Amino acid sequence: MSVREGLLALLSERPRNGHQLKTEFESATGLVWPLNVGQVYTTLERLERDGLVTRSNPADDAGAQKQYALTPAGREELAAWWSLVPADDPPPRDELMLKVLFAIGQGSEHALTVITSHRTALSSLLQQRRREQRGMQPDPDLATQMVHDALVVRAEADLRWLDLCEARLAGRKGNTT
Amino acid sequence: MSPILEFDDVVKSFGRGLTEVRALRGVTLHVADSEFVAVMGPSGCGKSTMLHLAGALESPSAGSVRVGGRELAGLGAAARSQLRRNDVGYVFQRLNLIPSLSAIENVMLPLELAGGSHRNARALAIEALEQVGLDQRLDRYPDDFSGGQQQRIAIARAIVGDRRLLLADEPTGSLDTASADEVIEILAALPQDRGTAVVLVTHEPRFASWADRVVFLRDGRVVDETTSTAGSTVGSPVAGANR
Repeated sequence: MSVREGLLALLSERPRNGHQLKTEFESATGLVWPLNVGQVYTTLERLERDGLVTRSNPADDAGAQKQYALTPAGREELAAWWSLVPADDPPPRDELMLKVLFAIGQGSEHALTVITSHRTALSSLLQQRRREQRGMQPDPDLATQMVHDALVVRAEADLRWLDLCEARLAGRKGNTT
Repeated sequence: MSPILEFDDVVKSFGRGLTEVRALRGVTLHVADSEFVAVMGPSGCGKSTMLHLAGALESPSAGSVRVGGRELAGLGAAARSQLRRNDVGYVFQRLNLIPSLSAIENVMLPLELAGGSHRNARALAIEALEQVGLDQRLDRYPDDFSGGQQQRIAIARAIVGDRRLLLADEPTGSLDTASADEVIEILAALPQDRGTAVVLVTHEPRFASWADRVVFLRDGRVVDETTSTAGSTVGSPVAGANR
């Protein structure tokens, strides 16, 4: 996803000005993606150039900020984005995965050492996320909560994968002795 | 904080000669008062053996295990039983409640076995059940409660009175996700609310993440542990690996 799709999604609800788009983009992404307003206007210019949004002055108020609205072509572009399923094909160049694969080439013991140190660091990261969660307001906003959930389950997935790597290495060792 | 539980160079073997299995191979671990420690590791790494030694259910083959500064190796059977009744609580994966006793009677049992008065035992049991979020239907029997609620009763039984150490061996293993989360939250609150130290054996990173410190075992050895300082991993070399 890029800023472009985020702005199209926000504009599909109703027309907005650049400052509103910046604020609402950051809020919708749980404050994990800060934007500067220059980025917003650069993207809006490109969207306008491509015929996906139109720019207008609000009626009877020449001093007001420019409003941006979605065109029919913009709606089509957005609909195509909603329906596009992100695919990891070919497999992503995952830093952790590649590091463990190379470590195996250096011998099982080295691989286990690398797995252990990464598991410890990931567990610490998960603990930190948990502390952040416990420190959250009783009723945090939905986007913040969902971003937090995503970070937690990804760390869990990496930890599970490291467990599987360790089990496979142990199985290999067992077979060769 | 003084350590409530101390393992120093502990070895535990089962069997002899060719059939000897070394479950623990020189484990050193200190757990402080009011600390929540999770122990993780693959099956057969020695996690449960550690808890059995801490709860005086077994004796080490070598090394020292101390609870509250007391060396467990020198304790006779009666002293060990007393330790389990007064100082150390146990929670297992299986919901080991006595079906013919009501919820509150299950929780009162260790206090009554220790010779406490019925009235005092009842008051302390109510207090322990409140700690785990149960304050109603206490005269009903275990079968009347859900699995998660039964495990909460088991935790109340394990902490009732003045116990300073709770040992939990995969306590969420038989529970659905929501109940498991509730049980872990209850365990995580005990150090702060009651000063109880908690040692949790689990293979689930999501549950271990509630702990102050996570210790990793492999082949009977502690291979690594996280630090207990909040925020210590900021800028960790693998933080970027978490995409």
